[in-house]
Amino acid sequence: MDLINTFFNWEVLVRAFPILLRGLGYTLMLGCVTIVIGTTAGLLLCLVRLYAIRPIQLLAIVYIDVFRALPILVLLILVYYALPFVGIRFDSFTSATLALSMVLAAFTAEVCRAGIQNVPKGQFEAAASLGMPFWQSMRKIILPQAIKVIIPPLTSNSISVFKDTALASVVAMPDLLKQANDAQAMMANPTPLVGAALIYLAILWPMVRLVGYLEARNQRATTR
Amino acid sequence: MASQKAPLAAQMIDVNKWYNEYHALRSINLEVTRGERIVVCGPSGSGKSTMIRCINQLEQHNSGTIAVNGVTLTGDIKQLNAIRQDVGMVFQHFNLFPHLTVLENCVIAPMTVRKTPRKEAEEMAMSYLSRIHIAEQARKFPSQLSGGQQQRVAIARSLCMQPTLMLFDEPTSALDPEMVHEVLETMVSLARDGMTMVVVTHEMGFARKVADRVIFMDRGEICESAPPEEFFKAPKNERARVFLSQLIH
Ligand SMILES: Nc1ncnc2c1ncn2[C@@H]1O[C@H](COP(=O)(O)OP(=O)(O)OP(=O)(O)O)[C@@H](O)[C@H]1O
Ligand SMILES: [Mg+2]
Repeated sequence: MDLINTFFNWEVLVRAFPILLRGLGYTLMLGCVTIVIGTTAGLLLCLVRLYAIRPIQLLAIVYIDVFRALPILVLLILVYYALPFVGIRFDSFTSATLALSMVLAAFTAEVCRAGIQNVPKGQFEAAASLGMPFWQSMRKIILPQAIKVIIPPLTSNSISVFKDTALASVVAMPDLLKQANDAQAMMANPTPLVGAALIYLAILWPMVRLVGYLEARNQRATTR
Repeated sequence: MASQKAPLAAQMIDVNKWYNEYHALRSINLEVTRGERIVVCGPSGSGKSTMIRCINQLEQHNSGTIAVNGVTLTGDIKQLNAIRQDVGMVFQHFNLFPHLTVLENCVIAPMTVRKTPRKEAEEMAMSYLSRIHIAEQARKFPSQLSGGQQQRVAIARSLCMQPTLMLFDEPTSALDPEMVHEVLETMVSLARDGMTMVVVTHEMGFARKVADRVIFMDRGEICESAPPEEFFKAPKNERARVFLSQLIH
């Protein structure tokens, strides 16, 4: 009984709920903005990585390597606490969006590259032989075929980055985790944290299942 | 005067091509006049594909000059795309777009490249598809068709761009034997309509029937170029003789 009163205190949860919801709003916004920006930037980065002139390709490779290697938390703290020393100041939401998007872009670029390289060379040649310019053959011929392979890992990356939005609480962004933690301190009871955990689960579990479903579907399509 | 004639459909002058150290094309000289049907044959690895792929620059040559319809290729991508619109290519493995229906395969290039309105593009596609007896399959996806049907759709897809020159790279060699005939028939009827064609193939029956000229390649060189009657009766080139005797057996 004590355990339930401590971790699942209904009264506390009811009081904390509006606070958690506000945090959830920030988390959802940060997650969605990051996924949109990071994915778009990642696709462009991948095209640069594959098709730009050599020196620019190399820059893209370096970028992708660095941002896949750098821990997001380190990057976030650099953006938020180090950049002000050179006069660049972002609020916590912008810092978090920036850091998360930069990393997501790097991972997305690699996923897209694998997807595009998975399209047979003959498809590029057929489109070229019809006189289709690069962008049109990308948009109409190559990407629609690559997308099937790209979607599951892309969704997977989006889940990861969504989880990493919780890091934003470190730079004082009032996201779900930060709000839960504050509520916990205020009410001297950990129930808000448990509530936050359940909310994360409620959002992400279906996404995880979706990835599993998509992967299984692709598997079936390729073994057929 | 010779120079006042209509420009050649394609011309290669002293073209060389290397794959790294490997000399794949050795000083190729080739003239394709309007309406001419050329069959290219030769042993595997002799450079047949490389040669015709240089004409639409799916492979880039390292030296020499290539001109298509009188326009010398400069390497400029805009110019190249314009030239490719007029040069159709049919591949050994069809290379149809698997995510698009047969009809979409046929209209996508006219619509995106030539800006043909959809209705007009579809009408043209349907007329080509009915000519090759595939009109009823227009809404199917390529994977739902037989190999022979797919290759005929690939030919129709090229024709929808209304090319002045068609290149074929072993269009029947990936097909089951019973499907070779239907594709060759389509090609013969194309030849009868006066299409300029350069066809890499080992179908010597086809060569006899429609070719104005047979070109034999070996080790990156054009060894012989002669009308089919001459070529098949008495090839001047020793390697061509060996090649032919192997084909017959
Ligand atoms: N992308 C490439 N990289 C390196 N070498 C290549 C490449 N493409 C072709 N080659 C080589 O160039 C030579 C000519 O090749 P090509 O494909 O033009 O021959 P082919 O006459 O079409 O032969 P096949 O009848 O087998 O199709 C071959 O020896 C081949 O190994
Ligand atoms: Mg070949």
